[in-house]
Amino acid sequence: MLESRAIAAEPLIRVENVSKHFPVTRGLLVMRTTGQVKAVDGISFTIGRQETLGLVGESGCGKTTTSRLLLRLERPSAGRVLLDGRDVHALTGAALREYHTRVQAVFQDPWSSLNPRLRIRDTIAEALVVNRRVSKAGRLERVEEVLHQVGLPLGAGGRYPHEFSGGQRQRIALASALASYPELIVLDEPVSALDVSIRAQIMNLLKDLQARQKLSYLLVAHNLATVRYIAHRTAVMYLGRIVEHADTESVYRNPLHPYTKALFAAALPADPDAPRDDLILSGEVPSPIDPPSGCHFHPRCPFALEQCSRVDPVLRAITSDHAVACHLY
Amino acid sequence: MASPGRVVLEVRDLHAYLYTRWGVVRAVDGVSFALREGETLGLVGESGCGKTMTALSVLRLMPEPAGRIVQGQVLLEGEDLVTKSESEMRRVRGRRISMILQDPQTSLNPVFTVGSQIVEALRMRYADGVDALRRLAEEALRRVKVAAPAERLRAFPHQMSGGMKQRVVGAIAVAGEPRVLIADEPTTALDVTIQLQYLVLLKEIQARTRLAMLFITHDFGIVARMCDRVAVMYAGRIVETGPTRALFRAPRHPYTAALMASVPRMEASVERLPSIEGQPPLLHHMPVGCRFAPRCSYVDDRCRREYPPVVPIGPAHEASCWRVEPSPPSR
Repeated sequence: MLESRAIAAEPLIRVENVSKHFPVTRGLLVMRTTGQVKAVDGISFTIGRQETLGLVGESGCGKTTTSRLLLRLERPSAGRVLLDGRDVHALTGAALREYHTRVQAVFQDPWSSLNPRLRIRDTIAEALVVNRRVSKAGRLERVEEVLHQVGLPLGAGGRYPHEFSGGQRQRIALASALASYPELIVLDEPVSALDVSIRAQIMNLLKDLQARQKLSYLLVAHNLATVRYIAHRTAVMYLGRIVEHADTESVYRNPLHPYTKALFAAALPADPDAPRDDLILSGEVPSPIDPPSGCHFHPRCPFALEQCSRVDPVLRAITSDHAVACHLY
Repeated sequence: MASPGRVVLEVRDLHAYLYTRWGVVRAVDGVSFALREGETLGLVGESGCGKTMTALSVLRLMPEPAGRIVQGQVLLEGEDLVTKSESEMRRVRGRRISMILQDPQTSLNPVFTVGSQIVEALRMRYADGVDALRRLAEEALRRVKVAAPAERLRAFPHQMSGGMKQRVVGAIAVAGEPRVLIADEPTTALDVTIQLQYLVLLKEIQARTRLAMLFITHDFGIVARMCDRVAVMYAGRIVETGPTRALFRAPRHPYTAALMASVPRMEASVERLPSIEGQPPLLHHMPVGCRFAPRCSYVDDRCRREYPPVVPIGPAHEASCWRVEPSPPSR
């Protein structure tokens, strides 16, 4: 992972100061905007080739909105998302079609991405038809190829989604993402809907595919152990902002931001003798409509200083590969 | 571990089947366990292994008319619930055994205030007037650490966050002062920091009331934190039971061991997880012998022919596997 990052001078994905604000409206006939939900509020990161960036945080922190911005399912209110240096939200025509072949997604619930009335062969081929890459014979060949890559048996293509188990359906979703030779796959909670004994199979498959097909992943997950296993780098989000961003090993061994510490302390290790350094946060995540001033975390932070309620901390590199947005550092 | 109290709930050789178009689904197929006062027993397994059906049959809430208890006993303080009438069961539910479900949204009625729903639960237990019950409801909310309980009583469920709603569900569940609390993945819908708050709260309630808890989960982190003992279920049967520490230190059933090894750890980095190949059997197409045999790395002919007996391994530790050597109870 380290060498691959060194080779690629320009990262595959560069997110520059992106915000996404949703207006909050009141009234049925005369709509008035009464506020803004700052789902994503000025975040920046990069994803290198063959690299996995894990995005963690609690519900409402903006991790799913971030993934939707990368997939062009949302337009940023400010900032840019660059793929190979080109703004993805400004793409049109052939360049846009090319973008759709290069960036794919796999979601939590495989049912939602499969048409129950289509044989899976046709669902997978659809991705190729839309993106006009190959002839009919070439399509079928490619379908067989990706089905094999995700470990499904020969002849699976002729069957319907309901004939498969949950784990197999997630393999099918992965196969249809792979069909158009993507470079980036956005994985939004790819294993959380699966049975515990199936998760390791799919996580190992994701790792193998990354190595073989030179894929980059944006992994959105709330399970911290899953992220540790798959991601090379991890970004922790809180109320629309990245509060800590580092090499995965570095952030798991030595979390710096008080929120990261609390988040990690709340994750329960599968060991009855593990030390219990409970850092139990009081209260809940505040509303993103009217987030607290200064550092968004200060009302819940056990180490809050006087300036934390006034001054926004900036994300600052503490070591070469560990950045944190906190006044304590 | 909590000091062992007397047995409050004992399930003996329970068989609960679902009669469907596709055949008989043997969701619970010979499950036995005992639950003591003040103790937490974790019921662990994958979806479809029968853990929720076990809980529902204890409360006699299997989906009708497909579900039926075909054999076995559910003894609550010595009384068999299987033979009770529906009206007798209504006096058991909420008062003597309560249940907390995964999604608080489904447990609360959206058109009534939180206060009226807690009062309704309290009315099962207390014959006081409405004003007295409202004061009790306020106290109940305060005990589950809801801030500003008096105002919250007038709120509707949609005005509360998920964690808050689950606290209300908890308040309702313990309002009737039950002896047994069945918690079916109560924190799955909650965020991690809220989950920990909730688990700590459940432990506090248990310490105060000596509740016996049956905790259904597939999360080994929660088991390690919450449970005194664990029962691992696979395809309708308990394959291994033991004290939490013993089970984590030395899981003896190949399924328990493989499942534990396949879970990524928060606290350690691993290059590659060993995964369990294949998938659990369909409950209406059960293998003849050991149900884990098709996925087991140690399988032999006997495993495929005959279901293994329960083998005692250590103090209160047993497993159903042909490969496990019995060891004398005292070590």
